Amino acid sequence: MGQITLEKVTKSFGDVEVIPPLDLTIEDGEFCVFVGPSGCGKSTLLRLIAGLEDISSGAIKIDGSDASDVPPAKRGLAMVFQSYALYPHMSVRKNIAFPMKMAGVSQDEQNRRIESAAKALNLTDYLERRPGQLSGGQRQRVAIGRAIVREPAAFLFDEPLSNLDAALRVGMRLEISELHERLKTTMIYVTHDQVEAMTMADKIVVLRAGNIEQVGSPLDLYKHPRNLFVAGFIGSPKMNLIEGEAAARHDAKTIGIRPEHIEVTEAGEWQGRVGVAEHLGSDTFLHVHDTGLTDILTVRSTGEMGLRHGDCVSLSPRHDQIHRFDASGLRMA
Amino acid sequence: MTDPGRNPGADLGGDMATQHSRSAARVMIAPSVILLLLWMLVPLGMTIYFSLLRYNLLMPGANPFIGFENYAYFLTDPAFQAAIWNTLILVAGVLFITVVGGILIALLLDQPMWGQGLVRILVISPFFVMPTVSALVWKNMFMNPVNGLFAHLFEFIGLQPFDFLSQAPLASIIGIVSWQWLPFATLILLTAMQSLDSEQIEAAEMDGASPFSRFWYIVLPHLSRAITVVILIQTIFLLSIFAEIFVTTAGGPGTASTNLTFLIYLESLQRFDVGTASAGGVVAIILANIVAIFLMRMIGKNLDA
Amino acid sequence: MARAVSNQRKAINTAVAWIIALLIFFPILWTILTSFKTEAEAIADPPSFLFFNWTLDNYTTVQARSDYFGHFWNSVVISVGSTILGLIIAIPSAWAMAFVPGKQTKNVLMWMLSTKMLPPVGVLVPIYLIFRDVGLLDTRFGLVIVLMLINLPIIIWMLYSYFREIPGEILEAARMDGAGLRSEILYVLTPMAVPGIASTLLLNIILAWNEAFWTLTLTAANSAPLTAFIASYSSPEGLFYAKLSAASTMAIAPILIMGWFSQKQLVRGLTFGAVK
Repeated sequence: MGQITLEKVTKSFGDVEVIPPLDLTIEDGEFCVFVGPSGCGKSTLLRLIAGLEDISSGAIKIDGSDASDVPPAKRGLAMVFQSYALYPHMSVRKNIAFPMKMAGVSQDEQNRRIESAAKALNLTDYLERRPGQLSGGQRQRVAIGRAIVREPAAFLFDEPLSNLDAALRVGMRLEISELHERLKTTMIYVTHDQVEAMTMADKIVVLRAGNIEQVGSPLDLYKHPRNLFVAGFIGSPKMNLIEGEAAARHDAKTIGIRPEHIEVTEAGEWQGRVGVAEHLGSDTFLHVHDTGLTDILTVRSTGEMGLRHGDCVSLSPRHDQIHRFDASGLRMA
Repeated sequence: MTDPGRNPGADLGGDMATQHSRSAARVMIAPSVILLLLWMLVPLGMTIYFSLLRYNLLMPGANPFIGFENYAYFLTDPAFQAAIWNTLILVAGVLFITVVGGILIALLLDQPMWGQGLVRILVISPFFVMPTVSALVWKNMFMNPVNGLFAHLFEFIGLQPFDFLSQAPLASIIGIVSWQWLPFATLILLTAMQSLDSEQIEAAEMDGASPFSRFWYIVLPHLSRAITVVILIQTIFLLSIFAEIFVTTAGGPGTASTNLTFLIYLESLQRFDVGTASAGGVVAIILANIVAIFLMRMIGKNLDA
Repeated sequence: MARAVSNQRKAINTAVAWIIALLIFFPILWTILTSFKTEAEAIADPPSFLFFNWTLDNYTTVQARSDYFGHFWNSVVISVGSTILGLIIAIPSAWAMAFVPGKQTKNVLMWMLSTKMLPPVGVLVPIYLIFRDVGLLDTRFGLVIVLMLINLPIIIWMLYSYFREIPGEILEAARMDGAGLRSEILYVLTPMAVPGIASTLLLNIILAWNEAFWTLTLTAANSAPLTAFIASYSSPEGLFYAKLSAASTMAIAPILIMGWFSQKQLVRGLTFGAVK
């Protein structure tokens, strides 16, 4: 079981309140991602749940019972750190065994769990090596192995992929998702990368300056961003945000439209000149200048689009896909 | 919660450490602070006190208070001026030779070659030789005007033997001390040089920088931190050079190779004039502090990273 | 990426580097060679480099005439004793400053280093008089105390720089893994701190072994370590090069060998981690 509830949790460092009162429930078995720009408090929030830092007020409940004053080791949570935090003087086997040794698990049981974790994580051949002799991806797997063998109520991941190169990152992303499918254990995952959030999460929590901006499923956030911040943060390439006359025509301060909801047509509503055209094969991203709407309008088009730098284009937005925001940045119905 | 390792988030200042671990930390730091404080204040206080007395161990009896007479005596002693100059020349000379020589040798050792490990070991060796040994070996086996190797060498090429320690005593001592410290400077500068990203050098090469400009604009700035460290650590030790003078020239001839440390040693443990030696000690401390202020600023700036 | 260098260029580098290295090493080499000569051969003109009658007489004479091993033992006791005593006092202190840093930590560290700037000669007179009055003059214990005090700031700085490199996340991971204070120190921190403590130990033994101000001024016959023992060879003029060389070789050999083994840690340790 691993339902985690935060009730009016706050955290201050001295006079600085980094987490204003915050409520959140993470259901058992859920893959929950905390996402936001650096300094938004997402890591602090994770460390509060882990017990590595004390909450200033409020309560953290794990499966309904108050864990606010329970020391980290007793909360039944396992954490994978950004730097992996492997013990450099221990072999991979000893690293993975360490939490079990601390918990007094029998030697046989330790070996059994180590073997099965090593097999699942492709580490069997490396068990006798030191962390220093492993690649980044392998170290990451050892850190995960060390977490798995504890059979925790929930896994906490603190930007675990940020030290890996791009190709490895995609691979590990899949492995962690796979692991979640298999274990069905609650996972809380912190990242600043909205692609990781979109691809892995059951539930995304978007944070800014310690405040929750929106909570929801990836598609929910994508389709119905609650405010301008979420609209701009979720989605790649970013949503086009347009102010001024074009927005006023929709009775809004700002309107937003995603690149895939603008079509290149014969006689469209908007005109512009193509700047850079990025041909990805499957798609083409056009960066259109001189539309009179915003500096650069991003348009997603088909892979066969033959437009080049300097060509003039005519564009039609899909009116049913326009997001409207009021003066305070909130979504309008 | 008495765990001293409880505060890994050092960058957050002390906010996360509990009151308890904080006081535990104080208890752990206390012994060394108290010892160093005693080590500094007690003898310092006594030195200042003695410096105001007429106090000679060879003349037992009352030690009357005489104000600043010892200072006047010490500071007007021609030997004092000579000692100040000799100290400065010694420190500056050795620093110059070891830093410049160290950079050149480090540049050489940084090149690809065979047997680099062995070369390193040979070059670093003089650093581990105790000062009395190196001074005596140089004095007798190299600089001796009759039997020294240099004498033989001069003879061989048809020159008059040169009595290094009586004709150029300070320069000879600078040579000996430089030999001891050159390895230290070389090793540190070499290590720093090896940490230079080779892509930076390649980028400069692509930008058309000549080997000399690559050294001047890329390598040398990269070494600035290491050079600072070399200067700091060497200065601490060079200001108190003693053994090398003690066993080679005993400060002479005259005061030609007497530095401040040796002069005060002479006053105290040769002439047993505690008063004058203490006044000299206070002067040495003041001078060292002036140097220290400069150095601390320099490292404070350079080591902050 | 290291670029391929022509073998010719590499050969030139090698030759020049070896010549310079051998020149720098030559005084030591010459001392070792001379220690195996007779006194007559030691001052022969022209000097013989390798082709002389090798003898061990000088070593036995040095020991027989002046109790080399007594002084050697003094050096061992003083350098190892002062270093270990220093470590016992410094480890908790450096530990606390590295892991529970407060607002004053940096200033305390700087102040400690600044005590190193206090010229020893400035406090020579009082220390000499105190030692004379309490009977510590010419005792090994007295020197252990003094050398411990003068090296304490360096020991603390070295340890501090090593301890600070133990990443905080490791400690957090240990806590998440259920390690209490005892197991955290036993299984995680101590093994990680041992290499730093070991190289601090090694480097400070070297520094203490070669210390030649206090060992010369505060000792006489009884407690003189090798530095002072060797200095006694400076007084009588005469033909004693071979014996001087034998004594010198014995005085520097242990520390030279130790130094060769510790040269990897030397830079990192002596620069307090500022140069790696």
